[in-house]
Amino acid sequence: MNTETQTFTGVGTPATRLYGLMAIVALGWVLLGGLFFTPEDAVQGDAVRIMYVHVPTAWIAYLAFIVTGVASACWMIGKKHSIGFDRVAGASAEVGVLFMAMTLLSGSLWGRITWGTFWVWDPRLTTTAFLFVTYIGYLAVRGLGGTAHQRARRSSVIALLAVLEIPLVHFSVVMWRSLHQRATVLSPDGDIKMDGIMLFTLLCGVFGFSVLFAWLVSHRQRIMAMKDAQQTTAIDVAVTERLKEAQS
Amino acid sequence: MSMSTSRIARAVAAKDLRIELRSRVVTNQVLPFSGLVMVMFAFALDNDDVLQRVAGGLVWLATLFSLFMLVQRTFAVETYDGALDSLRVAGVNPQGIFLGKSFALFVQLLVLESVLFVAAVVLYRVNVNGSGVVLLVTCVLCATAGLAFVGTLYGGLTAGARGRETLLPLLLLPVVAPVLICATRATESAFRSGGVTVGEGWPWVGVLAVFAAVFGLGGLLSFGSLIEE
Repeated sequence: MNTETQTFTGVGTPATRLYGLMAIVALGWVLLGGLFFTPEDAVQGDAVRIMYVHVPTAWIAYLAFIVTGVASACWMIGKKHSIGFDRVAGASAEVGVLFMAMTLLSGSLWGRITWGTFWVWDPRLTTTAFLFVTYIGYLAVRGLGGTAHQRARRSSVIALLAVLEIPLVHFSVVMWRSLHQRATVLSPDGDIKMDGIMLFTLLCGVFGFSVLFAWLVSHRQRIMAMKDAQQTTAIDVAVTERLKEAQS
Repeated sequence: MSMSTSRIARAVAAKDLRIELRSRVVTNQVLPFSGLVMVMFAFALDNDDVLQRVAGGLVWLATLFSLFMLVQRTFAVETYDGALDSLRVAGVNPQGIFLGKSFALFVQLLVLESVLFVAAVVLYRVNVNGSGVVLLVTCVLCATAGLAFVGTLYGGLTAGARGRETLLPLLLLPVVAPVLICATRATESAFRSGGVTVGEGWPWVGVLAVFAAVFGLGGLLSFGSLIEE
């Protein structure tokens, strides 16, 4: 417990610097390739360029919530209840909410151009919006205060309940739409034939946002660890300082 | 041990219902509030045909709004004098507390929904008869069980937390969305709104039953660690 003598120069490590560099290179290509080098789509025109951001952020948001669920389960099952799992769960949920907001924003802009409307009550869109709100709630629970272990216990239960909730929401929304609106506007766009450079740019986007996710989560969870350490050592530090003052 | 769980559940439920009977908060505040919501919907929609068409959804929306008040109330009585802490310190089985509080909430919600359905018949001119009644009663029982379990679970989580009045709806609304969708569709079938038949309502009741089972089980498993600080 000699953290008081440690001087912090940042939370970077060689590994995070490598992720960061890879993210800059890949996303740099997505920016240039997506805006200038790729052709426009035969059907969607320039709107397809939004997809180079929209698809990767959606994937990463879902990945982030899976990471949160797995890390929460690891915290709960693990005998030591290692608080590191809780920090990873929280950091991943924060980044997931950010990416999901980007997904919803870019998706509604794309929808406005392509479908002529910002929003349709499609099962996938509706479930995604619910996922977004659910994890905002999860983050609110993390902010309730208390000790790190109270936070971990509460938030892991909420994260695992969300794993129960999401399939139920999705299933009932699918049933709602299929019974009420037989002709939906949208079909899964997986059958679009893709130009080589377009596919490459999209994959660059997926890769770039993935390493960006890893970079953000590793930094965020380290900052959380420092905050927790600061809380627990703040009193020790103050006591030591007062003792030194008294002695001098 | 299992006997004591059901005894604890009965004792907790009886205590909660006795408190409600004596304090009359539900009858004097929550019921009038939900009735007022039904009248406000009529003001906002201002069309007899539309009201008749969407009556099922309005009843369940009014139920959800009142659910927040009921859940907050049912845990306010536990946190006022640290009653929940006392129960915990006394080593009372949390599963018994969960079942008891869920049952008390279930009964209060049933009373509330009965009033709301009568209000729908009177104010929104819906008709329900024959096989529609069977569907409606089954739907109400399944939906209410799900709402009671989820409400108790998230009420226990936010009990004693700062800002719980605003946090509870944020957490609870996304979770109860399937109940709103399924119960509304089943109720519309029972009312035969917009030309749907009674038979079309039963699959929705099936989802409601699954919802209640999932969150009943989830609550039994996790309630202990939620209220334990």
